[in-house]
Amino acid sequence: MISSSPSFSFSRVFAMVMRHWYLLRSSWPRLLELIYWPLVQMIMWGFLQSFMVKQTGVMANAAGTFLAAVLLWDILFRGQLGFSFSFLEEMWSRNLANLMISPLRPVEFVLSMITMSVIRLVIGVVPVTFLAMFFFGFNFWGLGIALGAFFANLLLTSWAIGLLCAGLVLRNGLGAEGLTWSIMFLFLPLTCVYYPVATLPVWLQPVSWALPPTAVFEGMRALVLEQTFRGDLMLWALVLNLFWISLAGWGFMRLMHASKRSGALMSVGE
Amino acid sequence: MNVNVTPPAIEADRLTKRYGDSVAVDGISFSVPVGSVTGLLGGNGAGKTTTIGMILSLVVPSSGRVSVLGFDMARDAYRVLHRMNFESPYVDLPHRLSVRQNLSVFGRLYGVKNLAERIARLAADLDLKDFIDRQSGKLSAGQKTRVALAKALINEPEILILDEPTASLDPDTADWIRGHLERYRTNKNATILLASHNMAEVERLCDRVIMMKRGKIVDDDAPTRLLARYGRQNLEEVFLDVARGRGKASTEIAK
Repeated sequence: MISSSPSFSFSRVFAMVMRHWYLLRSSWPRLLELIYWPLVQMIMWGFLQSFMVKQTGVMANAAGTFLAAVLLWDILFRGQLGFSFSFLEEMWSRNLANLMISPLRPVEFVLSMITMSVIRLVIGVVPVTFLAMFFFGFNFWGLGIALGAFFANLLLTSWAIGLLCAGLVLRNGLGAEGLTWSIMFLFLPLTCVYYPVATLPVWLQPVSWALPPTAVFEGMRALVLEQTFRGDLMLWALVLNLFWISLAGWGFMRLMHASKRSGALMSVGE
Repeated sequence: MNVNVTPPAIEADRLTKRYGDSVAVDGISFSVPVGSVTGLLGGNGAGKTTTIGMILSLVVPSSGRVSVLGFDMARDAYRVLHRMNFESPYVDLPHRLSVRQNLSVFGRLYGVKNLAERIARLAADLDLKDFIDRQSGKLSAGQKTRVALAKALINEPEILILDEPTASLDPDTADWIRGHLERYRTNKNATILLASHNMAEVERLCDRVIMMKRGKIVDDDAPTRLLARYGRQNLEEVFLDVARGRGKASTEIAK
């Protein structure tokens, strides 16, 4: 018999990470899927960049940012998918009720999904960065300390979006699953992954600047094209991220409570 | 005067759950003493699953209160969840994880000490040894039920809630599971709340039966007393009387 249950336990977070690690290592298609799309994207944009740098003028200049942009985009996109995937696995396996009646706290559940998102990202994107170096001579790690700031800000955004998607699936069931896969594509044009914010219509630019990845992609372009690290942009992204992740956390808890009110947790997966 | 009163294992007080205009559970009150086995009976839509959901804190009551070992499940669930567990054929364990991996994950979630030893004990008690390293999704229905029961017993819960624990099992395996539950209750003085459509199972295991119909409790007594009052030979006939409002059920329910 267990006499007490701490309000926070790393052991419970570890248990959930192990649960997903067991799953990941038991399935080579799952491992392959992690690396497949980042690799395909890198190859396509790598060839495009190789073609464009041979041209002259502004286009040649801009092309130098493509590979950095696609690899940073993959951090954002794969970070969110890695988070959401761990949550969806519980829905698909009809295991969520077992977790919700266990001593696992929501914050521990979320931390385990964050950990899995980093693990999946490392498996999926890190090898691709080395392949980019091998095939196209692009040294992603050459972004140096700035890469740490880019990485941290993009991951924070990916977790905020993942958290919100998890809450929506919790409340609305697997009918909302499609949102998990597609929501990030709304961010692709709005966060100006491949072009400067100035390209957007004036009325859309404030919307773009309210999204943390916009500052990261602008910062990346400043670094690659002007060799300038924009600390102000990274700070702006961090402030926005703290706001968005707090809002997403609040939304997740509200949606979880709403699912308990509606009885949705009793019918999860059915 | 300092009086130390042991709270009931489960206590529902005017517990109500509404989904829009529909009332799933309608102001029910009952108390389950520690160490008892109570059956929750009723036809489909009677409100059994919703009641269980509220006891487990998976469903928030619209009004009223449910407490487990003295803790209000709407407010203090995390103070008692480690002392409870649940098994239902409608909730699965991750299919691609082996039985051992699943038990290891849930053992850690429940903070079980000497986990490897506990898993070995459960494997011996529930006869899991032959397939403990097989993926959970590749097991037969009977094996899955035994594994689900092992998960429900991993933390040696004081309160065990079972939703149709022997549904879709062959009579031999079902009988075996019932025997195990009887031994667990006796050895641990555990409280068991059991929702089942199998009346023979309820008669064998339960000291008391709560009968529900359309969200309300329509009867609540020991199986032997129910049989005597309804003038029936078995609980299945009593169940049919209550479900169809026929025979003595019409006057009993009115009372």
